[in-house]
Amino acid sequence: MPTSPKTHRPKVLAISSGGGHWIQLLRLRPAFEGAEVHFACSDPGAAEMVGPAPFSSFPDANKDQPLKLLFCAFAVLRILLRTRPDAIVTTGAAGGYLAIALGRLFGIRGMFVDSIANAHELSISARLALRITDKVLTQWPGVADATPAAFHGRVL
Amino acid sequence: MILATVGTQLPFDRLLRALDAWAARNPDQRVRAQSGNSQEVFKNMDCTAFLSPAAYAGAVEEADIIVSHAGMGSILTAAELGKPIVILPRLAAHGEHRTDHQLATAAEMASLANVTVIESAEELGPALDRLSGAPTLPAAERISASADAGLIGAVAHFLRGAA
Repeated sequence: MPTSPKTHRPKVLAISSGGGHWIQLLRLRPAFEGAEVHFACSDPGAAEMVGPAPFSSFPDANKDQPLKLLFCAFAVLRILLRTRPDAIVTTGAAGGYLAIALGRLFGIRGMFVDSIANAHELSISARLALRITDKVLTQWPGVADATPAAFHGRVL
Repeated sequence: MILATVGTQLPFDRLLRALDAWAARNPDQRVRAQSGNSQEVFKNMDCTAFLSPAAYAGAVEEADIIVSHAGMGSILTAAELGKPIVILPRLAAHGEHRTDHQLATAAEMASLANVTVIESAEELGPALDRLSGAPTLPAAERISASADAGLIGAVAHFLRGAA
């Protein structure tokens, strides 16, 4: 669902769960320079950390909560339809994975940066993301050696 | 001021009880806690279930020492602001998390200048006694506000492909 006509200023959806996922997403901000960024977080209170940038919230869920996952997926889909990004960057968890999975249906490219908390193995969301994109980054060289995820650096 | 934070998911009363006991022994110290989903009542500290991310960052700025589970949000915010942080990892055996991955997180983050990792709740009091009066780290010893150049470059490169 890329915007048309194409410009040199890509529109990016930067999306994550709250807490550590969100703090790590904010630490990627220099990479968004030159892009038009729309932020999304499961914690509505996160908005005040990125204002005046556009922001949406969505209900969080994990793999053990099928109904909540469905609500999460619908909310993320609505965010995608409203913001129509050219690319999605997420630091997890479930909502970020769903954004990449749903985005793929519209041809939107997605990158999943796994949390630095996952020092010894990839998160479940990162493993799922690997099934649909090769743009999955780990923050640990040892995890990159053992999985198809790539290591380029870390959030600190 | 001592500020405790235990994240937003499962309760972590093992840590909060130990801090409340320390607060009872140190009535001259102000102790605040973002206590999350805890159902317990703590008499010796000022508890708020959830602070917004901005209110939390403001509270960290005011605090002298942070007490926390091994959550990356807490660790990164403390490291950015140069605050000493005492970390007790959540354990699945106590029903505090679904996995023991906080043990790995704590072990990996122990090398940061501001981090003290403890292995049991009993170690919290002695760790706080030791850290009392510890200064906020000078700006040069804090972590920067953004990811390293390698990760920023990889994300920026990916986004250039979308332009």
